Amino acid sequence: MTTLNQTTGPTATRILGVGSHQPERIVTNDELSLHMDTTDQWIRERVGIAERRFSAPDEKLVDMAVIAGSKALADSGLSPSDVDTVILANCTMPHPIPNGAAQVADRIGVKAAGAFDLNAACAGFCYSLGTASDLVRAGSAKRVLVIGAEKLTDWVDPTDRSNAIIFADGAGAAVVGPSDTPGIGPVVWGSAGDLVDTIGMNPNPAGGNKVLYQEGQSVFRWATTKIAPIALRALEAAGITPAEVDVLIPHQANLRIVESIAKKLRANGAREDMVVADDIVYSGNTSSASIPMAMDHMRAAGRIKPGDVALLVGFGAGLSYAGQVVICP
Amino acid sequence: MADKPSDAEILEGLSEIVEEVAGVSPDDVTADKSFVDDLDIDSLSMVEIAVQAEDRFGVKIPDDELANLKTVGDAVTYVSSHA
Ligand SMILES: CC(C)(COP(=O)(O)OP(=O)(O)OC[C@H]1O[C@@H](n2cnc3c(N)ncnc32)[C@H](O)[C@@H]1OP(=O)(O)O)[C@@H](O)C(=O)NCCC(=O)NCCS
Repeated sequence: MTTLNQTTGPTATRILGVGSHQPERIVTNDELSLHMDTTDQWIRERVGIAERRFSAPDEKLVDMAVIAGSKALADSGLSPSDVDTVILANCTMPHPIPNGAAQVADRIGVKAAGAFDLNAACAGFCYSLGTASDLVRAGSAKRVLVIGAEKLTDWVDPTDRSNAIIFADGAGAAVVGPSDTPGIGPVVWGSAGDLVDTIGMNPNPAGGNKVLYQEGQSVFRWATTKIAPIALRALEAAGITPAEVDVLIPHQANLRIVESIAKKLRANGAREDMVVADDIVYSGNTSSASIPMAMDHMRAAGRIKPGDVALLVGFGAGLSYAGQVVICP
Repeated sequence: MADKPSDAEILEGLSEIVEEVAGVSPDDVTADKSFVDDLDIDSLSMVEIAVQAEDRFGVKIPDDELANLKTVGDAVTYVSSHA
């Protein structure tokens, strides 16, 4: 009988570096109020956003991914040749073909990279991080560049006031590689396909790309009841208690969802002084980019220190969700 | 569930939930009050109230039913007839 080789890799992995990129243009709530029937107060109270960034028409998703990915590589002190695989989490490429990851890898200078896009919507970064860590541990990849990048403004009706105020553009990235000690806990992931219709795409009344719709209250109910238990399972999988979490970084969907998750974790033993990501206030909801971008921004602001224990949890269309514990680089 | 709660018990339970979710004083939570117009509770807080009321009273309050519960009294009646 023929016998095949199967590989194994290092037993432990960690995040070696992070980086992010946001478009230059800041869009305030007051600016949005000029074009649609909304107010700064309504937006702040309902979703917690003060401003967000919109890409210029010629700034593509892959452009943002290249910048964030390059910064993450620089942050980890590695060069493109140290990486052999690129995963681009996203759900807003302009077309299904070609994928984005191969272009991003080529432009960053990762030669002949294993490169694929991963669509788990707003859970995409956590799915990709778990995949990257397991690829390294299985010996399939040496080091992986994981990027979440989105240009949601291409897929949102700018006159739809319940979505145009929420979604924004940007990119965040992390480099995953071998480690002496475990720095990425097991991913806890899953989906609720029975709720698929609560977030989807509708024909655009103005023609062109389809546009996003969501049943906001159903999604809110799901996120505020089902995600904290997933986060707790991620802690259990990593073998740590809620009290050991220094930083909570949920997907930045809506500040009220973030606060609800934090409250439930505190009711289960998380510390009052646990830092809770609120990057949505100045970045909006950037889907798969929101978690790495929040991590990068919070580190730059001194709110996260190297070695901090961070609990990540993403959730969104599908509906899909994923979470894991990581040690901050 | 134990015995079916009385309307007074449902009102008391709801007012505790409303206080916890939205910080409204239980004294203000009376049957004639509109959640949105009188108590200044928005649709997302209504979802949180519904979730807690489901746990507390063992009822299901789907989102489309929730939209019809305009006043505290509507909610009491709904819970009472579904508990
Ligand atoms: C989308 C979301 C902000 C909408 O809030 P909501 O309270 O559910 O809003 P509704 O659609 O019920 O609208 C409530 C009222 O506000 C109005 N409204 C909606 N958007 C508005 C805006 N931008 N400004 C002012 N008023 C607005 C509606 O027209 C409605 O008015 P009416 O009651 O007079 O008809 C909210 O449901 C939400 O954030 N849900 C979670 C979704 C999420 O996080 N998705 C991301 C997953 S990745």
